[in-house]
Amino acid sequence: MLTSDLKPSRAPRPRRRTFPLHLVVFLAPAVLIYSVIMIYPILASLWLSLNSSVDGVQTFVGVANYQKLLGSELYAQPLFNALKNNFIFFVVHMLVQNPVGLLLAVLLSLKLRGTPLYRTLIFTPTVLSVVIVGFAWKLILNPVWGVQRSLLEPLHLEALDLPWLGLASTALGTLSLISVWQNIGIPMLLFLAALVRIPEELYEAARLDGAGTWTVFRRIQLPLILPTVGIVSVLTFVGNFNAFDLIYAVQGALAGPNFASDILGTLFYRTFFGYQLQAGDPYMGAAVAGVMLAVILVGLLIYLLGWQRRMTEVTL
Amino acid sequence: MIYSLIAVFPTVLIIMNSFKNRATIFAHPFALPTSETFTLDGYKTLTESANFPLYFLNSLTVTLGSLALILLVSSMAAFALSEYTFRLNTLLALYLSIGIMVPIRLGTVGILDLMVKFHLVNTLWALILVYTAQGIPLAVFILSSFMRGVPRDLKEAARIDGASEYRIYGLILPLIRPALGAVTAISMVPIWNDLWFPLILAPGEQTKTIVLGASAFLGQFVNDYNAVLAALTLAIVPVVLLYAVFSRQLVSGITSGALK
Repeated sequence: MLTSDLKPSRAPRPRRRTFPLHLVVFLAPAVLIYSVIMIYPILASLWLSLNSSVDGVQTFVGVANYQKLLGSELYAQPLFNALKNNFIFFVVHMLVQNPVGLLLAVLLSLKLRGTPLYRTLIFTPTVLSVVIVGFAWKLILNPVWGVQRSLLEPLHLEALDLPWLGLASTALGTLSLISVWQNIGIPMLLFLAALVRIPEELYEAARLDGAGTWTVFRRIQLPLILPTVGIVSVLTFVGNFNAFDLIYAVQGALAGPNFASDILGTLFYRTFFGYQLQAGDPYMGAAVAGVMLAVILVGLLIYLLGWQRRMTEVTL
Repeated sequence: MIYSLIAVFPTVLIIMNSFKNRATIFAHPFALPTSETFTLDGYKTLTESANFPLYFLNSLTVTLGSLALILLVSSMAAFALSEYTFRLNTLLALYLSIGIMVPIRLGTVGILDLMVKFHLVNTLWALILVYTAQGIPLAVFILSSFMRGVPRDLKEAARIDGASEYRIYGLILPLIRPALGAVTAISMVPIWNDLWFPLILAPGEQTKTIVLGASAFLGQFVNDYNAVLAALTLAIVPVVLLYAVFSRQLVSGITSGALK
């Protein structure tokens, strides 16, 4: 070091490939934590799902766990029930949360008075914990407290005063709507972020052409925020097939009534830890996680191949 | 704008009723507390019967610890990824962004094994590490897109003045303060509100977070509506305050994160 410092360098120093130590220092902590706590456990879980406990010893059994999961009465029925419920959960979000979120975003993008206040208010449920949200709605829908009844009676809708969370036929739908209510702030903000980036000239040109609000939305806003629609759909998909907290907080790990609101997350929890009716099995739990991963990957793949390709065609 | 009413109605209802006596909660759920019906009974039960202050402290420790680690570690990685071109650069960025789409929960079985091996179960460290890992992908993504926006000249000038690479990293940090704020706001809410990992990694009485504590408490005192409503109010107020402080950054963070 010293000698090279003392020597006046006439010519540009020959390019020696020095080992970029600072690069390693900068990258190592993040990559290490991320790999050890996230990537490795996911891979380890997948590996575990190919093993089973034979006389208390971990043994490689190949895809036997998956066969058991998909084929045997004991596991397949809850799994397909959870898959179906999860799908319904997702569809409700796609049909209610995202369109309403888009509508709210469009309304907020009109820059009326008090917009930041409305934005904050609508986003409030999103920052609350699901435990609180779940319990609050449980209280409101609770026939004993009667908030629901006193809201419906003035509207002469007494017929709607049902135990929404207690009926097997309505529990899942009600929970989906609670989740929509809580999470709507996220698509709204994402859509809003995309909307405010649309150049003002486009609106002016449209106004000169005499376009109404609806035409502006259909011809200008919607096409320009299509990429965001894609991102929001993927986020909704991943979030929903990974959901657990709300159902657990409201209905417990048994996802009652009678498993009507059981989704993959709660099934995973029960299979892994065991819960009242069954003993926990880490290997089968890992297999359920494997199925969840597969579902999410297939969804991502469909998005990347289908939607993304169409998007690039549109922008071209 | 009626929708914002729907959005806040349940929250207001809970906070309002937590200050009323039991009879009025049921008889007039929508009435504001008056001098006759005002009571702090619920809060009294709470302070006497549960470890709420401890849970609160646990949540705070975990959230602040994870946020500090996420910010430090991710900003360093983001700096390296955005500043230098090297082999593996793109590959590494891609590797780090897997975590944005694949939820860390799927590795729960493996994480629990790992934590058992390291004797970290029922410690707050387990949670801090998991949340840090969970937060890194998005944080690196957002921070590196901001860091690319810092003018090159600035860094070159510093290099000519003989600043080391570490010094340049230190110079950049204050410049991307808004981005750091955005990452804080985005990472904070899921960490504070998580139920899954506290339930699995730290269910012990000493390490419960407020969310887990509240959920256990709600199950136990389900009929003491005063206490339940008070517990809910206590769990609501801090997040909403934090959110009010960070909401501007949250919006800017989501904007820049979403815009690809």
